[in-house]
Amino acid sequence: MSEPPASVQPDSVQSSKGTAPAPDVRPVVVFRNVSIAFDDKPVLEDVSFSVAPGETRILLGPAGVGKSVLLKLVNGLLRPDQGSIQLFGQEIANMPEAQLFPMRTRTGMVFQEGALFDSLTVRDNVGYQLISERVPDDEIDARVHEALRFVELDDTFALYPASLSGGMRRRVAIARALIHQPELLLYDSPTGGLDPVTSTTIIELVMKERDVYRTPSLMVTHRLQDAFILCTHRFDEDQGCMVPLPQGVTNPDTTFLMLEEGRLIFDGSLHELLHTENKFVREFLE
Amino acid sequence: MATNNIERTAKQLVLTAQDYSLFAWRALMNLFSPPRYWPEYLVQSDIVGFGSASIVLLSGFFTGGVLALQSAATLSQFGATAVTGQFVSITMIRELGPVLTGIMVAGRNASSMASELGSMVVTEQIDAMRALGVDPMRKLVTPRIFACISMLFFLTIVADAFGILGGGFVTVFLNHQDGTQYFSKAWESLRYPDIIQGLVKPLFSGYIIASVGCFYGMRTTGGTQGVGRSTIQAVVNASVSIILVDFLVTRVLLALFPPL
Repeated sequence: MSEPPASVQPDSVQSSKGTAPAPDVRPVVVFRNVSIAFDDKPVLEDVSFSVAPGETRILLGPAGVGKSVLLKLVNGLLRPDQGSIQLFGQEIANMPEAQLFPMRTRTGMVFQEGALFDSLTVRDNVGYQLISERVPDDEIDARVHEALRFVELDDTFALYPASLSGGMRRRVAIARALIHQPELLLYDSPTGGLDPVTSTTIIELVMKERDVYRTPSLMVTHRLQDAFILCTHRFDEDQGCMVPLPQGVTNPDTTFLMLEEGRLIFDGSLHELLHTENKFVREFLE
Repeated sequence: MATNNIERTAKQLVLTAQDYSLFAWRALMNLFSPPRYWPEYLVQSDIVGFGSASIVLLSGFFTGGVLALQSAATLSQFGATAVTGQFVSITMIRELGPVLTGIMVAGRNASSMASELGSMVVTEQIDAMRALGVDPMRKLVTPRIFACISMLFFLTIVADAFGILGGGFVTVFLNHQDGTQYFSKAWESLRYPDIIQGLVKPLFSGYIIASVGCFYGMRTTGGTQGVGRSTIQAVVNASVSIILVDFLVTRVLLALFPPL
């Protein structure tokens, strides 16, 4: 079991739990009673949650419970069989594909294995959206360099994905997701299959995006240590690295969702996660 | 149990045919509305056209040669070896040129399209493209279809020309007949309906090759094994469809332009 943080959330932090945004602030994502099945086998059943502006939601659960499916529903890559999904205030569950494309450009998605285009250089991968929008080459180069500097891979500009390590590919995928300054970030197991040092580097980038640009995000992971680091650390811009929060303090905008066999069984803060009575959650944490 | 299997297979076939029809129609209609990806079209034209030129050229040349060999043996029994040129040119231009080119290009390009797109599907590159706001149908499928249609038209002309050349080579160097007679008969016997028939067929074959290749590529499931399965399905279905559609088109064109 990963060592849970010793800190306990102060009351003030708990009361500001991200699932209840201020009334005048619209959630970025709202799921209401969403269900989806493949070949008559239910994958997600009656799932409801929301993501508020500036909030980072960590989606936990063992392999095969529908975490990646849920993430693909958020930006319309999959369509639900039942229920309502709102993205940036618009209902997308039945939106035609042609209307979904401009909606998706407002989101950034990091896929499980990076999903970089093999036949394109890192420059063309990261600048893919800008190229398709016919942005001038000079501007594309400048913005790709900026995005690659963010993930500390500026020297890979002219390389092909095949010559990058697994960790580097994920970082390039993060740069690709960030280049269009998305209003929502979706991370699908960004640290899956990576060594602990590289995983920490990736989590630091997720944290940097959260704390520097305040971009709301939904992150799928089954690595508890990654989730706990995100809750108990902040990115220090002066030092250029993540630093631990004071003892007993956790990030109020980083909250948890947990799936069990397609059903959402937990929605709450780190404090609530650590003190829940739910047997499945307790087993997962242990 | 057997009835259930037949019913399930029949439903699956109807569903696949429906999916393919929608897919092929949408890919075709994409050309009439923006965004259009002309650079992709040029890249695919190079891959399909220039890349397939050598196999089309060789298969055309040797098919023409075989036709000359076989026909000369039979025609000599009637003292009609002088019409070898006519036989080769009409057979190549009306039938064998378009069909052989279609099948050769299907073997090379339907398989490559299915495996390339299939690999992109299983590595989530297609989803990544959609997530980046780009329509894979417009970016990947439509340019391939139009590249394949336009290039197959020219490749068929190359196959016809090299088929007649191959027939001429055999006629002169192996059958020791008069080359001038062969080429003049080959030329004189051609009528416009023959040319039209030979050049209409590759338009259908090109559409079939690319749409079937892309269709099976885009619906790939099941990892690398699935990519292999899609590739086989693409080549088999494209080849069979080319021959089937060739039959239908020939029937229609013969009704429109009856032989003298």
